[in-house]
Amino acid sequence: MSSKEKTWKEISIGAVCSKSSVGFMTGDWKTYMPVRDLEKCTTCLTCVMLCPEGAIRWHPEMSKIEFDFSFCKGCGICANECPTKAIKMKIEQE
Amino acid sequence: MAKPVKQDTMALNGDEAVAYAAKQCEVDVVAAYPITPQTIIVEKFSEYVANGEVHTEFICTESEHSAITACLAASVTGARTFTASASAGLALMHEMLFVTSGSRAPVVMAVANRALSSPLNIHGDQSDSMAERDSGWIHIYVENAQEAYDAIIQAFKIAEDVGVSLPIMVGLDGFTLSHSLENVDVLPEDIVKQFVGERQLPMVLTHEGKTMPFKLDPENPMTMGPIAFQNYYFEFKRQQEEGMSNALKLIPEVNSSYAKVSGRSYGNGLIDAYKLDDAEIAVVCVGSTSGTLKVIIDELRQEGVKAGLLRLRTFRPLPVEELRNALKNAKAIAVMDKSMSFGGFGGAVFHEVRHSLYDLQTHPPIVNYIYGLGGRDSSPRELRKVFEELTNIAKTGHVESPVHYLGLRE
Repeated sequence: MSSKEKTWKEISIGAVCSKSSVGFMTGDWKTYMPVRDLEKCTTCLTCVMLCPEGAIRWHPEMSKIEFDFSFCKGCGICANECPTKAIKMKIEQE
Repeated sequence: MAKPVKQDTMALNGDEAVAYAAKQCEVDVVAAYPITPQTIIVEKFSEYVANGEVHTEFICTESEHSAITACLAASVTGARTFTASASAGLALMHEMLFVTSGSRAPVVMAVANRALSSPLNIHGDQSDSMAERDSGWIHIYVENAQEAYDAIIQAFKIAEDVGVSLPIMVGLDGFTLSHSLENVDVLPEDIVKQFVGERQLPMVLTHEGKTMPFKLDPENPMTMGPIAFQNYYFEFKRQQEEGMSNALKLIPEVNSSYAKVSGRSYGNGLIDAYKLDDAEIAVVCVGSTSGTLKVIIDELRQEGVKAGLLRLRTFRPLPVEELRNALKNAKAIAVMDKSMSFGGFGGAVFHEVRHSLYDLQTHPPIVNYIYGLGGRDSSPRELRKVFEELTNIAKTGHVESPVHYLGLRE
C-alpha cells in the first residue's frame, strides 16, 4: 500500500468517509455508454430525472443536457425511458 | 465502600428480568421478532410499550434479519437500541451481526440460548451464540436470572462506551434461565438511569472535513457503511480489535462500579472464580450449569477434595491473562462445552481455554466435556463424574481421551 494511506489509528471508526465520493470515479468500468441523437432529442429531461447516478445534467442557461461519463455506469435506463428513442447504448470504446 | 441502595425483590423469570432491565435503561428503539425461548422478552417489552410505561419506538419486523437491521439503523442515529433472539433467529441475523459490529453500533441483544436445527429442538444449549463467536460482538454469559437483569444494565454501559462502541450479546440458557422463576432484586429506576447515563458518541471526521459526533443526522451529513477495499478494509477490522481490547479493560470497571450501587458483582466481570484459589482440580463452565457445579464443589470440599470452578463470564473479549492466572496451579482441568465444533477436537470453550494456557511454562492436563446438547439435563450425579475423572488425572497425570460426551448414551 502507498505511504499516503492512513494507519488504523488515524482514520475514523465505523468507516465514516473522510472524503467526498465526487472524487471517486465510479464510471470507469462500464461496458455500454449512452449516445444521444441530437436530431431526435427534444430535451424533455426524462433522462435527467431518471438517471440513478445523477450523471446526466441539465444546464438551463445553455438549454443543454450533458452526460458525465466519470459517473455513468452504463445501466441504460436513460435509453430505455427516452420517449423519442434518442439514446442508444453502444459498447464503450477508448 | 458506599452502601448499596435499597432494592425491591420481584419474582421474575430470566426473560422477564431482561425485559425489566431494558425498560429501566430507557431504550429508545426495540426491533424484534419472537422466537422461543426468547419470546417472553419482547412480549413483556411490548406490554410496557402498550401500557405507556416506556417511550420506546417498538418495531415489529417480519424477520430477525430485519430486526437487527432496524436496530443497526436506529443505533447509528444515536438511539439506545435493544433486541433479543435465539437459535434460528440469531442464525438468520448472521450477516447483519457483522455489519452491526463493523458499523460500531452498540446494540444490546439478549440471546436466550437454544439449540440449532436439524433435528428441530427448541431447548437450551449454546450452539447459537457460539456459532457467532467471530461476528465482532462482545459475548457475556450469565448464570441466573438475577445476573441476566444485572448484565443487561451493564451491557449498555459497556457497549456505548466511546472507546468500545461495539454491540453486545448477553447469553442466558434457554428455559433453564429464560423460563425459570427466581427472586430478582431490582434497582430503583432513577439509580439505573444514573448508572447507565446518556449515550455518548465518538467523534469522526466527515467528508466535509468537520469533526462531528458519530451520528446519522440530516443536519450534519456523513457517509456510513461505504465500500472499503484492499486499501482500507484491514485497518477498520484492526480498529474493531481495539474496541475489544478497550472492553477487556472496561468490563471489570463496570463490574465494580455496579457492585458499589447494587452490592452484586460477578468475579471481576470477566471470570467468576469459585473456591479456585487452592483448587487442585478445576472445571471451566459457561452459563447456568455453573450453579449446579458450585453445589457439587461444596459437597466435594466437605469430602476433602480440593475442587474449584472458573465460570467464563465474558467469552469475547477473551480474558486470556485471567484464565492463565486462575488456572496455572490446577493439576487437572475440565472444560464444559454446551455446543459442538464438528470435526474440531472439542468445543469452542475448550479451544479457547486450552489455547490460553499454551504460554504457561507447565501445562496442566486439560480435558473437554460436551454436555447438555438440545437441552439434555445435566444432573449433579452426572456432573460429579467430571470431578471424579479429574481426580484420577491429577493423581496419575495421564489423560486417556481428551474429549468426552457427558450424559450421552454410548
